[in-house]
Amino acid sequence: MTKHVAVVVDHDRGQAPASAWEPLTPAKALAQSLGGQVLAVVLASDGQALAQEAAARGADRVLLVEHEALQDYRTDVYGQVLAALDEKEDIGVWLFPTTTRGREMAAWLAAARGMGVVPDVFAVEVRDGQVEATRPVYAGKVWARVTAPLPAVVTTRIRAFPAPDPEEGRAASVETVDVDVPSSAVTVTGYEVAASEGPRLTEARIIVSGGRGVANTDKVPGDEVAKAKKGFEMLGELARLLGGALGASRAAVDAGYIDYEHQVGQTGKVVSPDLYIACGISGAIQHQAGMRTSKVIVAINTDPEAPIFKIAHYGVVGDLWDIVPALIEEIKARGLAKES
Amino acid sequence: MNIVVGVKVVPDTAAQVRVENGKVTWGDAPLVLNPWDEFAVEAALQAKEKFGGQVTVISMGDEHALEALRRALAMGCQQAYRIYEDALAQADALATADVLAAAIRKLEADLVLFGRQAIDGDTAMTPAAVAQRLGWPFVGLVTAFQGYDEGSRTLEVTRDLDGIKQNLRVPLPAVFTIAKEFAEPRYPSFMGIRKASRAQIPVWSLADLGLEAPAAKVAWSEVLQPPKREVQCQFITGDSPQEIAKKLVDKLIEEKVL
Repeated sequence: MTKHVAVVVDHDRGQAPASAWEPLTPAKALAQSLGGQVLAVVLASDGQALAQEAAARGADRVLLVEHEALQDYRTDVYGQVLAALDEKEDIGVWLFPTTTRGREMAAWLAAARGMGVVPDVFAVEVRDGQVEATRPVYAGKVWARVTAPLPAVVTTRIRAFPAPDPEEGRAASVETVDVDVPSSAVTVTGYEVAASEGPRLTEARIIVSGGRGVANTDKVPGDEVAKAKKGFEMLGELARLLGGALGASRAAVDAGYIDYEHQVGQTGKVVSPDLYIACGISGAIQHQAGMRTSKVIVAINTDPEAPIFKIAHYGVVGDLWDIVPALIEEIKARGLAKES
Repeated sequence: MNIVVGVKVVPDTAAQVRVENGKVTWGDAPLVLNPWDEFAVEAALQAKEKFGGQVTVISMGDEHALEALRRALAMGCQQAYRIYEDALAQADALATADVLAAAIRKLEADLVLFGRQAIDGDTAMTPAAVAQRLGWPFVGLVTAFQGYDEGSRTLEVTRDLDGIKQNLRVPLPAVFTIAKEFAEPRYPSFMGIRKASRAQIPVWSLADLGLEAPAAKVAWSEVLQPPKREVQCQFITGDSPQEIAKKLVDKLIEEKVL
């Protein structure tokens, strides 16, 4: 019996985050093991562009469900449509990226169809009729190897798999699927877009992050919070120049230096960028849990005994108020700044 | 409004969790109310203060779960129930959802709140699955309750969708997870702690909920200690910040991350 692998294309009103395409990479390998195809599933009010992009990035078939009720993401209506598709198609593994929507849809679909669900995996394969995946638990302090019988629902850890590049001219059959789209019990009354620009913390390739040490200076006037805000402006400039995102430790957020949306750590965001620059962050275990899988970690701290140096690849024992401006100048001087 | 909060007990965030003899251990680190659940308890108490009603806290788990339930009672919840029998020891997220959904039905809840995820399994799967089981609306990562319309029993909420805020009108009964932005959780009062320590917490069995033992599909076949990062920090030194910056940038270009 042929079984296919379905990747649900994550998007907000037609805009797909970079992580939306990452599940296509494990999908290809899983489809090979199963002898099936990679199906991309697009639920939207107008999904043609997403369907074409899914085809260009390697889907064999695209299942497109277009309906007004799918304009705004709501778990119940998206989940019910996915459950209906699961009844129609022979799908062995459903894949989502581990975004907020991805997790919610995965849970709903798995519950609706009685499938096992394995979220946030960084390795996954099919063996002996089972999904075998590896995922971090206890904030990454431990890894668990997890099994679930086919068919199963899996979400892939953001940035654990590379998104396949679009191949120009690659086409796939885009099939408009006729399923009942129920109306959601929930009404969307509006949106507020976040003020911050640049990549999202969880998807950024580079993160510049600040801690309590950001306030520790005589170089700018004002009270502690005023100093810290100046400091985070400076870190924000470095992040912007590098095309990255601005992070913070819990201590900095709790002290009122910066908003919670920037918090990296066990009770903030878990990130895994190529480069993590920790400025004035001592490196509590809860912070490490949120960033220790970063490819290259740089720590700048005045305290040579700070625990952050134990996990950093490069360390500078010094004042971030000296080093960061010098870094900004160096990056500009060498033409390394990203066009914004 | 009949408000139910689902909570879990977990090792403290500072616990040195590791694998020993093929099992997960956290030594003698304390077990606490899951930190994300504190926000759900806070939201439940605020909902009660604003809209009236009562707050019941439930947890599926062995006797350790009492730690989480008592903390929630001390914060101000009125009632607590623990759901357990040995057959539930290996329950996965969906089996847990089955059990919690049955308990929520029995409690005739209007509003069901959870934390975003438990910091042990880190799955974040149970709340949406509970909503599916109940056939109720689900909204994740709610950051604010904007208002409640008694006539239509509709709650207006704001939620976080990976950086974008979405405003929604949700008919009750419904299931929500509560984001950290909602509000700082309150500390238990001295009176609250005293009351909680004396509270009788009934235990419900599967039979009490009219359930058979649910079968878990998902199993942890093995737990592993993540490979230790063999990091030897290379310290960059120089006579001036400019020299340090130059050397550091050279290294980062070598690493192909700039």
